[in-house]
Amino acid sequence: MDFGLLFSEFPSLTFDGIALGAIYALISLGYTLVYGVLRLINFAHSEVFMIGTFAALMASSNIMGVKIEDDPLSGGKLILTIVVCLVVAMLTSGIVAVLVEIVAYRRLRKRGATKLATLISAIGVSITLVEAFRIMTDSLPREFPRFFEKSLVAEIAGAQIRNDKLLVIFAAGLMMFVLDRFISKTRIGKGIRAVSQDEQTSVLMGININRVVTVTFLMGGLMAGAAAFFYVLVYENTSFRVGFFLGISAFTAAVLGGIGNIRGALVGGFALGLLEVYGSVLLGTAWKHVIAFTILVLVLLLKPTGLLGESIQQARV
Amino acid sequence: MRLEVKNLSVYYGKIEALKGISIVVDQGEIVTLIGANGAGKTTTLKTISGLRPVTSGEIIFDGVNINDIPAYERADLGISQAPEGRGIFPGMTVLENLEMGKYNRKTRKQEMSEDLARVYELFPRLKERASQAGGTLSGGEQQMLAIGRALMARPKVLLLDEPSMGLAPMMIQNIFNIITEINKQGVTILLVEQNAQQALSRAHRAYVLEIGKITKEAKAKDLLNDPHVKSAYLGTGAHEIF
Repeated sequence: MDFGLLFSEFPSLTFDGIALGAIYALISLGYTLVYGVLRLINFAHSEVFMIGTFAALMASSNIMGVKIEDDPLSGGKLILTIVVCLVVAMLTSGIVAVLVEIVAYRRLRKRGATKLATLISAIGVSITLVEAFRIMTDSLPREFPRFFEKSLVAEIAGAQIRNDKLLVIFAAGLMMFVLDRFISKTRIGKGIRAVSQDEQTSVLMGININRVVTVTFLMGGLMAGAAAFFYVLVYENTSFRVGFFLGISAFTAAVLGGIGNIRGALVGGFALGLLEVYGSVLLGTAWKHVIAFTILVLVLLLKPTGLLGESIQQARV
Repeated sequence: MRLEVKNLSVYYGKIEALKGISIVVDQGEIVTLIGANGAGKTTTLKTISGLRPVTSGEIIFDGVNINDIPAYERADLGISQAPEGRGIFPGMTVLENLEMGKYNRKTRKQEMSEDLARVYELFPRLKERASQAGGTLSGGEQQMLAIGRALMARPKVLLLDEPSMGLAPMMIQNIFNIITEINKQGVTILLVEQNAQQALSRAHRAYVLEIGKITKEAKAKDLLNDPHVKSAYLGTGAHEIF
């Protein structure tokens, strides 16, 4: 274990961990929002993210005409390309999330199916989407063009600040802030909170549960789509299986923070991002996913309510 | 306003929870439905507010059959409920809980503040605790909040499900005084209660529900002296407690 490297690079690693954590946090919001409203772990959410990465790729090549071998973009074209890719990824993931709910969950809910049936349906949707993309991409990973030269733009307290990661942290933070305001201040946001806290009373207040569920999936999808674009911007590739590990990590983040709790998802996302980056330096990057799984198991064993939330055990029926 | 339940039957799976009951609530009344645990009182209210599907029979509100109107639209018709167990949103503040009572009404600020003022006048305690989370309130305060929240919708009929449940005797007295006061302000009330003594002394008319059937219907005052009701629901010495 290389503690020397951990200590000498600690500030830079922390910065990298926050950038990774921002992506996890955005994805984990989708798990936690849906869990809050339906008490369901939406295992298809990782594929909502995966489709977002491909949507960003399509937007860059088919809408903006950016090719892998192109020189880095600059000025107005760069900003426009970033905005278009972000918006397309968000909308695509948002729509996919809503469709998944309508196709795979809504009818089961109407019939009063058990949570287990819905969970199996979620896993089925996940496998279907992964396989569809595996076939469409010939099982090959796809490269994402480099929009701008990645460079160090600052050094703060010894931390090397890279421009793409700084952008991700800033943009993700802005989205989390907007989502938090949306949930706590708007009428439909209050409806989401009400249904999470007491579904039956919500109906008595005149809340249309189906509408709340649709908006919840839409919000989770939009956030996953944003995460998808940030992911390809930083890591510059994607594949049909990208959702699996990202999804597990984001789910772990949601559980770590306390599933069902929005701020918990954010805390859990950043905490997991940091732990993975520190752990990768200590144990080697090969252990990165082991860290996430180990944390998931430890949280479930020792503190199933997570840092800020309610018990995951309600999810098991 | 007239709420009419006609030959209502409701099943839970194969169990017939309500076996063809009929109830009428007229404008300005307090009507109470008394009965033991499991008699079907809560089921009756849940079916009126649409949370439980009707197996057979009719629910008629202002002359219109509302059997097929989804539960979330019935609040807009003017049917409000303070549910069993109070149904407070624990993570929302008292003020947010009250605002949820008007969820579907396109409300101008003016109307919202008028209704809040009215609820705060009935329940000054809620005003003191406006910014506190609903889950931190005492049982009595939560019941006040549940009733206040239901009133925010300006209901034509207010359904109260066991408002006295789990409360201390002083608080029970307090809650029933307020129920009487709300009724005097013109709100029609259908009150479900196990505390028959209080319910019968406050209500105009009463129904006795036993294992899914209405077994008695009379003026509330008369039922207070009914030998069967006395032995089954009032018990000896009940007057000494309250």
